[in-house]
Amino acid sequence: MDIILDGIRKAFHLLFTFDAEVLGITWFSLKVSGTATFISLFFGMSVGTVVALTQFPGRKFVVSLINTGMALPPVVVGLFVTIFLWRNGPLGFMEILYTPAAMIIAQAIIATPIVTGISLAAMQQLPKKLRLQILALGATRLQMVRILVREARLPLLAAVMAGFGGVISEVGASIMVGGNIKGYTRVLTTATVMETSRGNFDIAIALGIILLIFAYMINLVLTQIQQRERPR
Amino acid sequence: MTTANAILEARNLKVIRGGSLLVHVPSLIIGEGETLSLIGPNGAGKTTLLQALCHLMRPSAGDILFRGEKVGDSYAILEYRRKLAMVFQEPLLFDTTVFENVASGLKIRGLGTDLIRQIVTEQLNRFGIGHLGGRSARTLSGGEAQRTSLARAFAIKPEILFLDEPFASLDPPTREAIIVDLGKAIAETGTTTAIATHDRNEALRLSDRIAMMDGGKIVQIGSPSDVMNRPVDKLVAAFVGIETILQGRVRKKQGGSIFVDVNGNEIEVAGDVEAGTNVTLCIRPENVTLSLSPPVMATSARNVFPGRISRITFLGLVVKIEIACGFPLVAYVTGNAMEDLSLREGKEVTAQFKATAVHVINKMSM
Repeated sequence: MDIILDGIRKAFHLLFTFDAEVLGITWFSLKVSGTATFISLFFGMSVGTVVALTQFPGRKFVVSLINTGMALPPVVVGLFVTIFLWRNGPLGFMEILYTPAAMIIAQAIIATPIVTGISLAAMQQLPKKLRLQILALGATRLQMVRILVREARLPLLAAVMAGFGGVISEVGASIMVGGNIKGYTRVLTTATVMETSRGNFDIAIALGIILLIFAYMINLVLTQIQQRERPR
Repeated sequence: MTTANAILEARNLKVIRGGSLLVHVPSLIIGEGETLSLIGPNGAGKTTLLQALCHLMRPSAGDILFRGEKVGDSYAILEYRRKLAMVFQEPLLFDTTVFENVASGLKIRGLGTDLIRQIVTEQLNRFGIGHLGGRSARTLSGGEAQRTSLARAFAIKPEILFLDEPFASLDPPTREAIIVDLGKAIAETGTTTAIATHDRNEALRLSDRIAMMDGGKIVQIGSPSDVMNRPVDKLVAAFVGIETILQGRVRKKQGGSIFVDVNGNEIEVAGDVEAGTNVTLCIRPENVTLSLSPPVMATSARNVFPGRISRITFLGLVVKIEIACGFPLVAYVTGNAMEDLSLREGKEVTAQFKATAVHVINKMSM
């Protein structure tokens, strides 16, 4: 029991004295996961919107692929990104394995299906007749899509939060393609793994608390969004 | 209705989905400034026809002509849609303020801010929601939301306004108030309007003409009194509120009247049908009067039948009285009249109706 209490006490000490290493790792995690989420938004929202608003043969298959992608194991993504970026791999010439860039690529691949799937659901959730109403108001197809995206803005924000939540807490891919290099590719999750294996529970707990705070904030916003009702 | 003042014309319009013919309208003309109601039971094709007419649903065959020009051909569909407005049963508001909702059609058309402000203010006031401009659409009551939807439609000054069951999900007092305001708005602006509704009273109050639909077809179109009093078949008769529908055979024809045998009773009807023809007689319940004893003086009602009250049903403002007098006959009386006559089930009464109050459907002449 002592080991836990002592760990928590030291963890709060690290947090409230703004320990340079803890702060540095936190800031770097936000940067990598933030950038990866931003990239995933671009692909995820476009694909999600298109799939939601169009009918084509094989649509159900595409939707099931997206939904499977939402549960893509990070280690599998890490494995394939590593293979591609390996010295003699297809993209080895870029020489970005064990760099933040590689981590961003891996995390973006993990986040994209999540953002796509939730965007798709967000757009499909809108009343079917809303599209007819917008067209009846004289909108072009482009104007219609813009209005629909605006109408789904809060569920789409949920897609952002879920994507970010997925990658900031992911460890497998980050450790495989980033390598957990101190001051370079070390993020909250990889640092937690390492400190735990070394028996430095105080730092590990401090990092864990930060992750929990992020998770809580994300879910707080998500809950607010889900409780909100659409107009009649 | 001549083609000269037609604003919209449908020719041989067909909507086929999943192999079934949902709507088939050989010809429909909507005149400039008129209000046309499409009535009929659920599934009659009212909504489909309405959506096809405003090209929200692609017709499978046939043409739509706007002011004589073919839509989709000499008239681009977008350009055509921008001359129309549509209000659905659900208000379908956007998740923003009431003001922005009413402004949305104008923004889509790229109007300037000042002009938009002026038009939106005008329409908000027209529908009595001037004080709600800044409110979020999420906080509106059902009536306020539908008023916003109507204001949004009127804001674009449509040349034709389409309304699809616009009052169906409102409570009666709210519906009543909105029907009055909508009627006023249509009259003031002179907007050509097409309304789909399953409520014949709404249709009666708002329209110049009524089209009765069934099975995807327009089975009768005409003035409200035409459709209400002279239905072409039993289905229309029942839908427009005719409670007594009788089968009979014309016994003789004499001086502008025919005498029809119904279950051995003779009913005199104003009309001209050859003897021996099988006909259907329609009698509106409002046109049947009840008394406790046979009339002493001669009345203009030629048809007087003593009978027994078989059932009494309260319908709100009126009471429905079913009488067995050799054939089933339905009369509506007011609550007061019912008390005065102390009507109850089993009581003997005399029912009467005029020869001109009976509408004859002659299947042969159709």
